[in-house]
Amino acid sequence: MPEPATPARPEPATPILPDGLVAIVKRDCPTCELVAPVLLDLAGADTPLTVFTQDDPSFPTAADWVVDDTDLGVSWHHDIETVPTLLLVRDGREQERTVGWSRQHWQELTGADALGPGLPEMRPGCGSLSVDPTRADELAVRFGGSAVHSRRVQIAPLEDEMEAMFDRDWTDGLPVVPPTEARVLRMLEGTTRAPDEIVCLAPPNLVPCSVEKVAINAVMAGAKPEYLPVVLAALEAVCTDEFNMHGVLATTMAVGPVLVVNGPIRHQIGMNAGVNVLGQGNRPNATIGRAVQLTVRNVGGGRPGEIDRSTQGNPSKLGLCFAEDEEGSAWDSLAVERGFDPGTSTVTAFCGEGPRIIVDQQSRSPESLTRLLADAMRSVASPRMVMGIDAMLVLSPEHMARYRDAGWSKQRFRDELTAVSMIDSDTILAGAGGIDEGLPADFAGVQLPKFNPDGGLTIVHAGGPAGLFSSVLAGWLRGPGGSIPVTREVRP
Amino acid sequence: MTITVLDPTDETTVPARQRVVRPESLHGLTVGLLDISKPKGNHFLDQLEEQLTGLGARVERYTKPTFTKPAPVDLRHEIASSCDAVIEALAD
Repeated sequence: MPEPATPARPEPATPILPDGLVAIVKRDCPTCELVAPVLLDLAGADTPLTVFTQDDPSFPTAADWVVDDTDLGVSWHHDIETVPTLLLVRDGREQERTVGWSRQHWQELTGADALGPGLPEMRPGCGSLSVDPTRADELAVRFGGSAVHSRRVQIAPLEDEMEAMFDRDWTDGLPVVPPTEARVLRMLEGTTRAPDEIVCLAPPNLVPCSVEKVAINAVMAGAKPEYLPVVLAALEAVCTDEFNMHGVLATTMAVGPVLVVNGPIRHQIGMNAGVNVLGQGNRPNATIGRAVQLTVRNVGGGRPGEIDRSTQGNPSKLGLCFAEDEEGSAWDSLAVERGFDPGTSTVTAFCGEGPRIIVDQQSRSPESLTRLLADAMRSVASPRMVMGIDAMLVLSPEHMARYRDAGWSKQRFRDELTAVSMIDSDTILAGAGGIDEGLPADFAGVQLPKFNPDGGLTIVHAGGPAGLFSSVLAGWLRGPGGSIPVTREVRP
Repeated sequence: MTITVLDPTDETTVPARQRVVRPESLHGLTVGLLDISKPKGNHFLDQLEEQLTGLGARVERYTKPTFTKPAPVDLRHEIASSCDAVIEALAD
């Protein structure tokens, strides 16, 4: 059912200040209390005085020259950062301003002599309520006009707002943070990109997706503003013909975008590359991938049971994102291997399933560990499938130590792994061993590697310091007829 | 208190489209058979072609480059402009 839309609001006008002297004060400020007698004196002078009071309309006294500014409209529009602020206004325009109490400045501005005879020479002011961090976002929404143009949807007072998000089919099955305008504006502070800039064509409906729509879904996912550039880069990566998000969504297989973050942004936003790296407990890891998936769902229209036809799915389709442990690795990072500078922040999208552990607690040589990893990874998709399905290997620090100690490069590891993963095709032909699934008979008599040596295995280093376990994430169809990993730079 | 949230969707309403009226008979009509390039899809479509031809329909065969991506726009246009009906096959 269509939502009742809230009509677009008129641009709020800036209130015009009255001519003469204008003071902005609040009772909850010792300096304002201090200058209250001065204001009373000035109110009796020739130049008209108007006092706007932020918290108590009877401060410094109940009078017609004391104006209620408890909605902070005048303070916000006139950029009041400190109280008291004293302004000189002529023809509705500010001529001069002084903040806090300074006898000299107040006398210069008012032209009066001997102001506040019993007062100290100067006293700094207090923070204006219009810049109070707990109110600034709401005031920006109320008075700032709006930089965002999405439809406003009102949640009725008797409606539970968390339930309302479910009722509108906007969630992935878990609760989402209601995307109020204040939260979305705060999220947009995380990028220099304009809210109306188009980030990608969101599949499956190929909808032009703006930074604003991504920000809304990032709020819902629980992300913080500083994660937004990673979410935007990830969407740019998955919404390419190479990554083929439409196919990733529509396939009956159980894949989704697996996002690997490299470069300085990992530390800047506090991502996890260590203990429980593929699990729960770290906010950017948990919310960046979710923000991407919610955008595909809500903007692109990719919902399970509709275009998402996965037979069984997998839990990481809620969102899977993690950082590579570059500092602890003996090898080039994924991003460097893919042609980026180590100082550049990137996100790489790989189409994959959830992780599955590979245990090897006894190998002490790289040769032995490589054979075990090759054996374990034979089961990716099915032991009968070769070359056609990619995979990602997340090598743990204790397994990496075997290769570091032996001085193996990443390329040597790849070459040795390919060598030991060669499979005698006769053992995996259709019908061999009493199993119907397998290669056609014309593949008989050859040796085939499990993964395509030309990029079929993506390798990342991550995990906690203890534990002789690594993980493999099975991929999907390789190449232009399936999905190719895509890396995008994270731009501010 | 009423809270106001921003719509996270694309905000478009997809117009409901009328289905083409089901033909009384396939005799004399052109039926497109779209192979999405799944294994054995052609076996299924061969059988369909035989049966459709037996009913007096003219059959045109088409193939998607890959089953993992939507059919190219040109292919969809070609099918829409040359066929009275289309059958898309999924097989494994």
